Amino acid sequence: MSEHLLSLITFFPLLGMIVLLFIPRDNDGVLKGLTLVFTLITFFISLPLAFNDVFKTSAAMQYKEFVPWISIGDYFQMNYHVGIDGISLWLVMLTTFIMPIAVLSTWQSVTKNVKGFMALLLLLETGMLGAFISLDLFLFYFYWELMLIPMYFLIGIWGGAKRIYSAIKFFIYTAVGSLLMLVAIIFVYYYALQSGMPFEQGFSVLHFYDLNIPAETQTWLFLAFAFSFAIKVPMFPVHTWLPDAHTDAPTAGSVILAAILLKMGTYGYVRFAMPLFPDALQMFLPYLALLAVIGIIYGALVAMVQEDVKRLVAYSSVSHLGFVMLGIFALNIQGMAGGMIQMINHGISTGALFLIVGFIYERRHTRQIADFGGLAKRMPVFATIFLIVTFSSIGLPGTNGFVGELLIMVGAFESELRWFTVFAATGVIFAAVYMLWMFQRVMFGECKNPANQDLQDLTVREIVLMLPLLVFIFWIGIFPNVFFDKMNPSLENLIDQIKGKQQVAVVEQVNLPARNQD
Amino acid sequence: MITVNHYLVVSAILFSLGTFGVLTRRNAIVIFMCIELMLNAVNLTFIALSNHLGNMDGQVFVFFVMTVAAAEAAVGLALMISFFRNRESIEVDDISLLKW
Amino acid sequence: MQDYSLLWLIPFFPLVGSIINGLFGKKIRNEALIGTIGTAAIGASFVVSCTYFFKLLGDAEKIHETTIFGAMGSGTWMNVGQLQIDWGFLLDPLSALMIMVVTGVGSLIHLYSIGYMHGEEGFYRFFSYLNLFCFSMLMLVLGNNAMVMFIGWEGVGLCSYLLIGYYFEKKSAGDAAKKAFVVNRVGDFGFLIGLFLLFWSLGQKGVRTIRFTEIAANAHLLENGGTIVTIVTLCFFLGATGKSAQIPLYTWLPDAMEGPTPVSALIHAATMVTAGVYMIGRMNGLFAMAPDTMMVIAIVGAATAIFAASIGLAQNDIKRVLAYSTVSQLGYMFLAMGVGAFTAGIFHLMTHAFFKACLFLGSGSVIHGMHHAYHHAHLHDDPQDMRNMGGLRKKMPITFITFLVSTIAIAGIPGFSGFFSKDEILWWSFGSTRGGWILWVVGAIAAGMTAFYMFRLVFMTFFGEQKTDPRAKDHIPESGLTITIPLMVLGALAVIGGYIGVPAILGGANHIHHFLEPVFGQAQKLHAIEAHGSHATEYGLMGISVGIAVIGIFGAWFMYVKNPEMPKQLVAKFKWLHTAIFNKWFVDELYDAMFVNATKRAGRICWKGFDLPIIDGIVNGVGWLVRGFSAALRYTQSGQIHSYAMAMVIGAVIIVAAYVL
Repeated sequence: MSEHLLSLITFFPLLGMIVLLFIPRDNDGVLKGLTLVFTLITFFISLPLAFNDVFKTSAAMQYKEFVPWISIGDYFQMNYHVGIDGISLWLVMLTTFIMPIAVLSTWQSVTKNVKGFMALLLLLETGMLGAFISLDLFLFYFYWELMLIPMYFLIGIWGGAKRIYSAIKFFIYTAVGSLLMLVAIIFVYYYALQSGMPFEQGFSVLHFYDLNIPAETQTWLFLAFAFSFAIKVPMFPVHTWLPDAHTDAPTAGSVILAAILLKMGTYGYVRFAMPLFPDALQMFLPYLALLAVIGIIYGALVAMVQEDVKRLVAYSSVSHLGFVMLGIFALNIQGMAGGMIQMINHGISTGALFLIVGFIYERRHTRQIADFGGLAKRMPVFATIFLIVTFSSIGLPGTNGFVGELLIMVGAFESELRWFTVFAATGVIFAAVYMLWMFQRVMFGECKNPANQDLQDLTVREIVLMLPLLVFIFWIGIFPNVFFDKMNPSLENLIDQIKGKQQVAVVEQVNLPARNQD
Repeated sequence: MITVNHYLVVSAILFSLGTFGVLTRRNAIVIFMCIELMLNAVNLTFIALSNHLGNMDGQVFVFFVMTVAAAEAAVGLALMISFFRNRESIEVDDISLLKW
Repeated sequence: MQDYSLLWLIPFFPLVGSIINGLFGKKIRNEALIGTIGTAAIGASFVVSCTYFFKLLGDAEKIHETTIFGAMGSGTWMNVGQLQIDWGFLLDPLSALMIMVVTGVGSLIHLYSIGYMHGEEGFYRFFSYLNLFCFSMLMLVLGNNAMVMFIGWEGVGLCSYLLIGYYFEKKSAGDAAKKAFVVNRVGDFGFLIGLFLLFWSLGQKGVRTIRFTEIAANAHLLENGGTIVTIVTLCFFLGATGKSAQIPLYTWLPDAMEGPTPVSALIHAATMVTAGVYMIGRMNGLFAMAPDTMMVIAIVGAATAIFAASIGLAQNDIKRVLAYSTVSQLGYMFLAMGVGAFTAGIFHLMTHAFFKACLFLGSGSVIHGMHHAYHHAHLHDDPQDMRNMGGLRKKMPITFITFLVSTIAIAGIPGFSGFFSKDEILWWSFGSTRGGWILWVVGAIAAGMTAFYMFRLVFMTFFGEQKTDPRAKDHIPESGLTITIPLMVLGALAVIGGYIGVPAILGGANHIHHFLEPVFGQAQKLHAIEAHGSHATEYGLMGISVGIAVIGIFGAWFMYVKNPEMPKQLVAKFKWLHTAIFNKWFVDELYDAMFVNATKRAGRICWKGFDLPIIDGIVNGVGWLVRGFSAALRYTQSGQIHSYAMAMVIGAVIIVAAYVL
């Protein structure tokens, strides 16, 4: 059983989707219930991963599965090759954890073609899980594209006013990046074959790690990967799809988009772009870090002046993801661990913020800040939850956001990115400004707008779906070590790998003339 | 003596007639019949050359073509019937929904 | 070696109280029960604090570290690479004194709040926040490393935000809350950068720690007076200016008076705002190594003291006067820290906690009474405006006496607590190796202004004829027992609190000095920080500063009791000066223009000037380009089957022709 656990987790939602196809289309309750059950079961069968202590000691891939899949003569071989380590572990857990919450959030908001919506959600989950566990680059690409399609329809069919524009923008932005990545993947593959990688290993990234690609070649390959992932993160200046996509996506779509899809980009850097091309990374690191810091400040500044709550949260994502990237680029354990935990944090906090926006949107059918004011009086429970999530997003000590930001900045300060950190830290101030200003305008003040007079407080369902998120906000804030323990071996290994190869490259360059003389 | 050239000339004439019909007629069934005419012109060429060269391959191909043509007729006529039900016409100009 | 492993209980009780009231307060509904839970929680902390305080007094070993699970090395919060952060606590004389102040004053203010907040809709919410504040403040003072301190540091900021914004339906309250948090965040930015720099530079020397004891023990690894130490301490000082409302980050504190009065007393007078002073005291070893930073601190402290005092001269809102007075007194504490008089700074922190809490609570009692009267008469006048008061001493005798005692204490009249602490600060600022006579002059003038505006407040409020609206004037009651008991206790402390620090030349034993010796002695000895001068000088300076205070009091009496018309004439004569002071030297307006609006404008420019037109412009531009190109190609798709067939035939002919020819 356990040797196929990952496949089981990945394909269980797909099974759910197939089951859903046999349910008549107007049984909304049954469809939603079944989807919830399937996502919940997926979560429960993924729990053994989180409780496995092997990650505390081993940096190696666990739960590996290897099955040859497509082979074309001597030209091409790809395998179903999956496995997880401490890096992907928590992202897989985040995915299975967020999905039931996202499903539960649709209970009242989605009424149009429920069957299609739920089927797409389940397909999306399979795609996301697959991408996090793929060890075969081609398989990763397959899942990467697979995620794109359900999300496109979720935005395009169930979205808001400008849904078609947003969906197409999202699709084209991502597709442009991923095509570049595809070319780079194929290039790396043939390079690997030429340098003697066993043919039957296919696109195994574990083997690709051992390649010694010349630095000039790395440059282009790295740029292709980095560009593709940067769009997904999204890093400044390729972030403009995000506010549109978020604003027009249905609540569940926004939650998944923020909580999980964006992590694909950062995960891609950690798993693929950085360890595969360490020399190019070294060359571009300052520029990428600069973009990350610009993203932090720029995202915060733009978030501050937004008039639409959802757009504000979307821009705040740009700022938060800038922190994640800064931490990852620090290339030391504090920064990396901070970046990884911040991915989870962003998933939880921003996911929660989108849910919150969804709650008031369902009640008032508007997201303009100016339409609200004084809600705290009408909806005290909502106000409390909103407040906690707001402060988690601001990064108050004791909540999850602080742990991530602190480690990222400690790590970045220890690395060569010292000065970047000083500027990044101003993002901490701006975060307080835009979140609290928004909170004040929405929740505080007198409740003047007659439309807000008889708003209902949160229902039991809504509280239940927020509770797990609140638990994790404090859990990660107070006992983050539970997560770090299982993350650190893999991250340390990764850092050694990147830094080791960078040094080898230096040594080789020094030795090169000597070798030529022979 | 009727040489292979005669067959080929007849076939060429038939093919040209068919092409001309496809290009000029508006009635879908007539166009369809013209396509059949073109196919049969090709069939004639196959058989003539097969006989001339003493190779059976051409004859085999003709059977393939005839089978495909039969299938085509079935599908094509079905399409036209459903089209006629919708538009009460089988003029191809009435189906030109793809134009700009 | 005694057992100090239950230190975590001290912050734990208020946390539990906060959670109980926060989650179930709405269901409990019973004000008495909610108030009891809240007060009992902090009271329990006070009891534990007392136990540990006296244990420490009798213990030869004065510095004790422990973690939440007792032994050092357990109770890890985060452990990543070489960064290890524990949930650790530190009990030494400094933190012992602080927990006594926090839990002691905190308990009294909780008790007071039961009466003061009676009938408020969010009664349970208030007590939950107040307990949460005490938890954070205790974490701040008890933390044995900079990160646990920072939890408390930001935690008190959060509670301050929540409590200032308690009346969230008022726009001004929401604004003030946000301003307080954001300005504090600017300070926190400094704190964090300082911490990173310290962690990194110590790490370069092979010591990776953020524990205070280890920082103190290894501080000598850094260059004495070097750039790194100076920048680190300046960054920390920036943090302190935010939390403790010093120039340039003091503007939030006067606005913070939007919160209920007990909050002003507890958070914005007695405890939270002194966190910056405490932090500098906690890291005194580091600060002592950076004379440049110390000088900056002393100058900023002195400047704040006189600047805030000048604004206090002309305010009419009773709480605003007290707020500026707090800023000014905090300036004194920083002046003390800056000249190396760490003990004096902490001493003043303590006495200030007593008399300023008493003053705020007294003002609360007055406001409570005024509010009651206006409510009774169905008027909507401002119950905080001193121009509507006067002659209240007969209506509210207990409030009046305690208020007067505290005012005498803050004015620095010999025999009262404020005198001893303020005098020691002034003496050090004159005689310390890190001081200077200019600092003393500024401090003394500020002391005179303090005496003036405080007695102005007393005279306007309690003396003279009653200026309250006739319909309301007979309905001003003395407050109930829950309010007057804390007043009396704090009033008593405001008198006697100073006797633990009677200086040697007045024949005292200066207990507090000896008590805090283990914390501050080493750094002071190491860097030769001491106050020197003859006894004659000391007596002389003492005499002059008392004289200045008396002049201030007399001036207030002369202007506000003897000649009540005089202030108006003076205002008319020095119109511009009064306008400037009354409007707080227009600093808020300046900051609004320089920072607030500039940031907003930058945000708009980024959004409307860059994001939408340029980035999205390029993206959409590419889209339009492709569409335009396709539109041209679209004309080839006529939809006429004949044109397609014709194209096919022509194509076939061309291919065949090319092949044949």
